[in-house]
Amino acid sequence: MTRVHDNLEPAEAKMAANHVSVFYGDKAAIDDVSIEIPNEYVTAFIGPSGCGKSTFLRSLNRMNDTIPSARVEGEITLDGEDIYKSGMDVVQLRARVGMVFQKPNPFPKSIYENIAYGPKIHGLASGKAELDEIVEQSLRRAGLWEEVKDRLEDSGTALSGGQQQRLCIARAIAVDPEVILMDEPCSALDPIATAKIEELIDEISGRYAIVIVTHSMQQAARVSQRTAFFHLGKIVEYGRTSDIFTTPLEQRTQDYITGRYG
Amino acid sequence: MSGPILFLLALGLGLAGWIAGRARAWAFRKSVPDGRLASLPNYHAWYVALWIAVPVALFAVVWSATAPSLILQSVLSTPEASQLPAFGFQRDNILREAQAVASGAAPAVFNEAAKPLIEPFREAMARYNLMGFAAALVIAFLAGAFAYLRLKPDFAARTRVERAVMFALLLASLVAILTTLGIVASLVFETVRFFGMVNPIDFLFGTQWNPDPMSGADNPDASRYGAIPLFWGTIFIGAIIAMIVAIPLGLMSAIYLTQYADPRLRKWLKPALEILAGVPTVVYGYFAALTVAPMIRDLAQSVGIEGASSESALAAGIVMGVMIIPFVSSMADDSIAAVPSAMRDGSLAMGATRSETIKRVLIPAALPGIVAGIMLAISRAIGETMIVVMAASTAANLSANPFDSMTTVTVQIVAMLTGEASTEHHTTLSAFALGFVLFLVTLALNFIALRVVRRFREAYE
Ligand SMILES: Nc1ncnc2c1ncn2[C@@H]1O[C@H](COP(=O)(O)OP(=O)(O)OP(=O)(O)O)[C@@H](O)[C@H]1O
Ligand SMILES: [Mg+2]
Repeated sequence: MTRVHDNLEPAEAKMAANHVSVFYGDKAAIDDVSIEIPNEYVTAFIGPSGCGKSTFLRSLNRMNDTIPSARVEGEITLDGEDIYKSGMDVVQLRARVGMVFQKPNPFPKSIYENIAYGPKIHGLASGKAELDEIVEQSLRRAGLWEEVKDRLEDSGTALSGGQQQRLCIARAIAVDPEVILMDEPCSALDPIATAKIEELIDEISGRYAIVIVTHSMQQAARVSQRTAFFHLGKIVEYGRTSDIFTTPLEQRTQDYITGRYG
Repeated sequence: MSGPILFLLALGLGLAGWIAGRARAWAFRKSVPDGRLASLPNYHAWYVALWIAVPVALFAVVWSATAPSLILQSVLSTPEASQLPAFGFQRDNILREAQAVASGAAPAVFNEAAKPLIEPFREAMARYNLMGFAAALVIAFLAGAFAYLRLKPDFAARTRVERAVMFALLLASLVAILTTLGIVASLVFETVRFFGMVNPIDFLFGTQWNPDPMSGADNPDASRYGAIPLFWGTIFIGAIIAMIVAIPLGLMSAIYLTQYADPRLRKWLKPALEILAGVPTVVYGYFAALTVAPMIRDLAQSVGIEGASSESALAAGIVMGVMIIPFVSSMADDSIAAVPSAMRDGSLAMGATRSETIKRVLIPAALPGIVAGIMLAISRAIGETMIVVMAASTAANLSANPFDSMTTVTVQIVAMLTGEASTEHHTTLSAFALGFVLFLVTLALNFIALRVVRRFREAYE
């Protein structure tokens, strides 16, 4: 059912979904989806609104557990280990699979505390100096260090929207995850802030497996190497980003990326 | 006397104006091309009605205040009045009796001298009633005509009626504020009188509270009026013991209800908790006095604490704490629920556990709201009287032992006011001084709570 382009060069799969369905109550939002998330690549999820992109993304780090009515069937693995098996440590999983949300959601704490939050709860730093080091490193990687190094004690909520989103990315990086999931990270930002985030994604890609949900074709084309097109709870087509945008195999994909959808 | 009648008249004429104004506006509707007026016909109607009813009502107020003296004046100018005693008690009595009979409030006179005056009173009343009635009609007509003639298809009746509504609302809120100011003023007045007899320094810093209602009314023994034990008792019971009970329990129940409870359970549990706030404090008082206090005494004795009283600060404080759990928990519940769920998701997505998220993100973010709730709960506890009366006695002890009996400011206010002494006596007046200081303390607490809440608002935008 999913048309996979056959010219994909082999890549190590960081995560894999096998026949995954997600239900809200009785209603299936994701219906029998299988896909591999390659390591060190940026994978883009595109598709019309309501097709289940966020739902699927959230099932990759079990954030759907926080929604009482949500239920996941099938198998999702991280480095070959089923993350829905009983006895799985969700806390550990989420430390390895970080997430950045659509709306920047810094904690109403200082910038420093925002970054230090994850390392503290996971005991990654053995002292103040080490923690400082992690905070600086994370902010540098997120391209925010120069802008905030003199105001680390200011509230994270006092930053601009774009800065807040980079802060959230820095926060996710700080726990040294293996996978970073981003759900429309730029949809609340202006073009300049968006460009900065895209630059940042470019910068950090190669170090992590990154999955980004986006409504912007250009963004998907700019930042990702792989693209999956979702429609009505299924992945219709999956392949190299350049192929999906230039030689789609499916009519629905063609219609969507040329804006003829709906 | 004709005041109520004039008010009814104002309402009746207002209604007539309402109907007339509406009819006129409807007529306009036919005359303008698309049938659209600047304001709806109802607004025109209300505009006319208000223009009639308000001036007539104001006149009714003025008239009912001045008419009696006008009537009296005219009666005194009749020849029958020349028989009256020149002044004094007698003269007033005679006049009062004659008036009462004339108005039908009394069946007959006792004092023969009043008899000849009945008829003049009747006449004067009839005359002035008629005058008042006529004046009201004239006012209603003039004001109504003015308003009626101003109506036009493009007349902005709506803005004017809105303005009248706003004015009425303003007046209503002023009533509450002015009443409060009046209460404070009377409190201040009595307090100043008390401080004229007892030095405020002695009152605020003295450590003996033992007023003597039998002593002379004007030379009180200031050393018996030290309020420290009372304020200490208030703080110890209301702000310390009660809070040690209420804050953890209230917070924990709020956390459970917002974060863990199944929605169906929450639907039952939250109202059940809030019902606690509706239980009359006397009922809590029974519970404190009959159940908790003896239990605590027995417990204290069994572990070997000497002299545990059956009326203990601990009993009153614990029950008071239970009483204010709903205040703390419902404010905390609201402010935790108001923390955007994105905060919670952000924390969970970092791999924080539920309780870490609560401890490190939700509570800090909701803290100002929680603190405000605690402040309100404290001022509630400080003002609470009944439980203390029933469970902690009226003996003013300055002690840090929770098993001692203690008393609070409000309890002493009641004791002083309901005592034998006259209202002029310093024991009675001391109640006002206590009330005044307590008022200032709770005011300060509420003020702090409001400030904290404001800071909270700024934190999110
Ligand atoms: N908490 C929920 N409870 C019930 N149904 C939900 C819930 N969240 C999402 N859904 C449903 O699941 C389907 C997929 O939603 P999802 O948010 O995953 O779409 P999406 O592709 O992310 O859309 P968008 O591009 O608009 O963000 C939708 O039909 C939606 O109504
Ligand atoms: Mg979405």
